Amino acid sequence: MAYVLRRLLEMIPVLLIVVAATFFLAHAVPGGPFDKDRPLPAEVKARLEQYYGLDQPLPAQLGRYVVHLAQGDLGPSIKYPGWSVREVIGSRIGVSAALGLVSLLIAVLIGVPVGVLAASRPNSWLDRVPMGFTLVGICVPSFVLGPILALVFALGLGWLPPCGWGSPIHFVLPACTLGLITAAPLARLTRGSLMEVRSLDYVRTARAKGVAPLRVWFVHALRNALLPVVTYLGPAAAGLVSGSFVIESLFDVPGMGRLFVTAIINRDVMLILGTTIVYASALLFLNLAADLANAALNPKVARDR
Amino acid sequence: MNPPVAESLASESGWQRFRRDRAAAWSGWFLVAVAAACFLSPWIAPYPYMAQDLASSAMAPSSAHWLGTDLLGRDVLSRLLQGGMISLFVGLIATAVALVVGICYGVFAAEVGGRAEDALMRFVDIVSTLPLTLIVILSTVVFGQNMPMIFLAVGGVSWLTMARIIRNQTRELKGSQFVQAAESLGQTRWGIFRRHYLPNLAGTIAVCATLTVPGVMLLEAFVSFLGLGVKAPMTSWGLMIKEGADIMEECPWLLVSPSVVFALTLLSLNFLGDGLRDAFDPRSSRK
Repeated sequence: MAYVLRRLLEMIPVLLIVVAATFFLAHAVPGGPFDKDRPLPAEVKARLEQYYGLDQPLPAQLGRYVVHLAQGDLGPSIKYPGWSVREVIGSRIGVSAALGLVSLLIAVLIGVPVGVLAASRPNSWLDRVPMGFTLVGICVPSFVLGPILALVFALGLGWLPPCGWGSPIHFVLPACTLGLITAAPLARLTRGSLMEVRSLDYVRTARAKGVAPLRVWFVHALRNALLPVVTYLGPAAAGLVSGSFVIESLFDVPGMGRLFVTAIINRDVMLILGTTIVYASALLFLNLAADLANAALNPKVARDR
Repeated sequence: MNPPVAESLASESGWQRFRRDRAAAWSGWFLVAVAAACFLSPWIAPYPYMAQDLASSAMAPSSAHWLGTDLLGRDVLSRLLQGGMISLFVGLIATAVALVVGICYGVFAAEVGGRAEDALMRFVDIVSTLPLTLIVILSTVVFGQNMPMIFLAVGGVSWLTMARIIRNQTRELKGSQFVQAAESLGQTRWGIFRRHYLPNLAGTIAVCATLTVPGVMLLEAFVSFLGLGVKAPMTSWGLMIKEGADIMEECPWLLVSPSVVFALTLLSLNFLGDGLRDAFDPRSSRK
């Protein structure tokens, strides 16, 4: 418990650094949000900048922002007038979270069994063929796999809609693209770690004292072998975030990834800040969750800290 | 991929072991061929990469245009070579940036030791949990989409793993007897870095660098795909894939050729890196 608390407290300075860094980066973006094709009258622009607090010195703006942030207020959106950043993100986050979770689920449900299967018969075709595929999976980026899947299943076979959002069937292509890409490193990691664990003394002991082979495999070996795999889920989630920028634009999914990219293109400083903070805190929490899961699997990790 | 352990005798040199790894050797040759074609593209490309010919726009592959033409009638093969030059260039330079930063940071952390070292490595841990694509996208927007900035931004976020590995290795070296001997003989820290650390780290650095290049190229492609990287009329593989994906229904060849070349290049780099590691790192004996 004390450990969780310490980790949570540790997040605060990290988030503050992220906020400050993003703040200065976002404000250094050339071109203000009110620079349009038709220039606004000077006094209108001045009023607008005053309303959003853009006329004050940067450190003062940052201070004000952090105070508001501590109260859960992400400020007003500049490009969506009348909406707060919180509302804009709130309307999108569900879509991205659902997509991310389903992709992660697909990745684990494919990656881990494939890795186990490959490690159970090393150097046979059961090992070589799937591992060859995972190598391809590592090298084919999501923005190549996505269009190829769409080309085959949507345009070629006509089984799935090529893009759009609304019904569960729209989930299939984007979630599979992200899931398959993430499954590849998971499978390789599972295989490698199982290969290492199964040559350890305690596994031999278990086998020697007559534990059923399947029980040795799944209860004794797999439990330890999953440690690096669970740890990898944090970075894997970060990968899903980067993937979602591309996949959401590609499949026309109204999620956060697309929101972030549009915010950047629109120079919507408040929205850029808001999305970055949400992403960063989500990933920090996921990493904490992965570490806690690790401690639950392995008492030694729990004791060491 | 998995040479029997008994075969890799200790007396063999790393190169001999490497040469027997056929996947790595073929990957090496493939990369040399691709790199040569791309970097010689100003002289060997069949057409200038930006030459438009609206009369022959969006043509499927033919004997005149081996890989077809795009919507503006530009030859896809020529653009593929020019784009490859940019992608490989980003890969190499950004990796060099990452290498220098990673080595300096890692060695420095191991040298100072104690609490400062813990703090430095904790910093690396924390930064690597953040989505790095985000940082790269932000900085390309801030500092403009010019090539040197893309190198710096991509390299600037890719040094973390490198720093971690280098620091672990340096710590081991620092405790070893020959380094202690050098210290007691009055060798300066710089001298130890140059004469003992660097030569002993060389193998690790080579493997790390080879495995960093694909990640870096992927990152550049990501950014270009979102339209925030390389700008027209120049192109890169990421940008070509994006343009191909936009009109894949009508002109699938615009998507297929850059995707295939890009994926094959990344695959070869991974094979090469794995091969180098197996050959030169005694600890990574494959089970």
